[in-house]
Amino acid sequence: MNTKENIESRLWDYIDGNSTAEEKIIIENFLGGNVQWQKTYKELLEIQKMLTSSELEQPSLRFTKNVMDKISNYNVSPAAKNYINKKIIWAIGAFFITLITGFLIYAFAQINWNLPGNNNLIFDFKNIDLSKFFNSTYARIFLMISVVLGLMLIDSFLAGKKNELYSGS
Amino acid sequence: MSNGLNDTEIISRILRGEKHCFAELVNRYQNYVFTLTMRYIKNREDAEEVAQDIFIKAYGSLPGFRGSSKFSTWLYTIVNTTCITFLRKKKYEIHSLDDEKNFSSADYRDSGYSSNLAEQKSRIQMVTKAIDLLNADDAEIITLFYKAEQSLEEIGRILSLKTNTVKVRLHRARARLKEKMEKYFAYEVKDLN
Repeated sequence: MNTKENIESRLWDYIDGNSTAEEKIIIENFLGGNVQWQKTYKELLEIQKMLTSSELEQPSLRFTKNVMDKISNYNVSPAAKNYINKKIIWAIGAFFITLITGFLIYAFAQINWNLPGNNNLIFDFKNIDLSKFFNSTYARIFLMISVVLGLMLIDSFLAGKKNELYSGS
Repeated sequence: MSNGLNDTEIISRILRGEKHCFAELVNRYQNYVFTLTMRYIKNREDAEEVAQDIFIKAYGSLPGFRGSSKFSTWLYTIVNTTCITFLRKKKYEIHSLDDEKNFSSADYRDSGYSSNLAEQKSRIQMVTKAIDLLNADDAEIITLFYKAEQSLEEIGRILSLKTNTVKVRLHRARARLKEKMEKYFAYEVKDLN
């Protein structure tokens, strides 16, 4: 369809450098022999030229000074990741990894790997007794915090994905 | 001095406590920020006040700037949200296609320049006037693309839109700009052909 709108849309893509290689060849053919395409192309190029040379608005001369005056009493707080010592983060991480590893070692130590009359290894979950650890209030609070942190992590992960989607990358 | 430094280096200095370096960022971006703000808020005084607030917000949020996008892209996101919030609070009309009512192409033409330089200046004024006649969304997308030199992807990030949507909106905005130019500057547009 060679409607005016369609021609303009394809030509803007061409001018912006967003046409595919095939489309570029087609458009260049049109520009070589079609008067309507040539005329529209010339118009759009002129608009493009004017748009790129259009002027920016200028605020008052005191603009920068006003901004700097306003921020003079304002202290920027560094991001948490900057002011929390990395060693502390690693120590917290190591603590939790040790805790989890300890649980796992304890759990596996409780398993009776060789049941009589069967040479195969049988993994019997009934033999794992973690109830004494998870019955306390503290353990429950710990689990609840872990779940909340997990949800926050998933949320930030999905938000990141959403941004990527919007940015088209 | 921070004149020769790039944006990221200046930001690092500010975060290390060299507050005065922020003035360089303000100098670099004030015209862009003010122009974008004026696309939403037609009153110069209000626009200047909002533009200052944008820089103050940016200063306060600098620690959150991760550098995953250009500083300008990040800053224009603040422009967009701050202007929309301002308009909502003030219940401002989100710009009027019909500034047209107050506009006469004859007024514009009367300035009558003859030299090439003046003619060029006159054309630039014409396009600036024509952008003013667009609605805020169209004017903003054109300003971001042509003046603030943001890519379609970056505009998508600023406006929370998909890249393809930005592309379509930009096409439409340019088509409407062309219509305005043909309608209100028919004489000058004819000259271009």
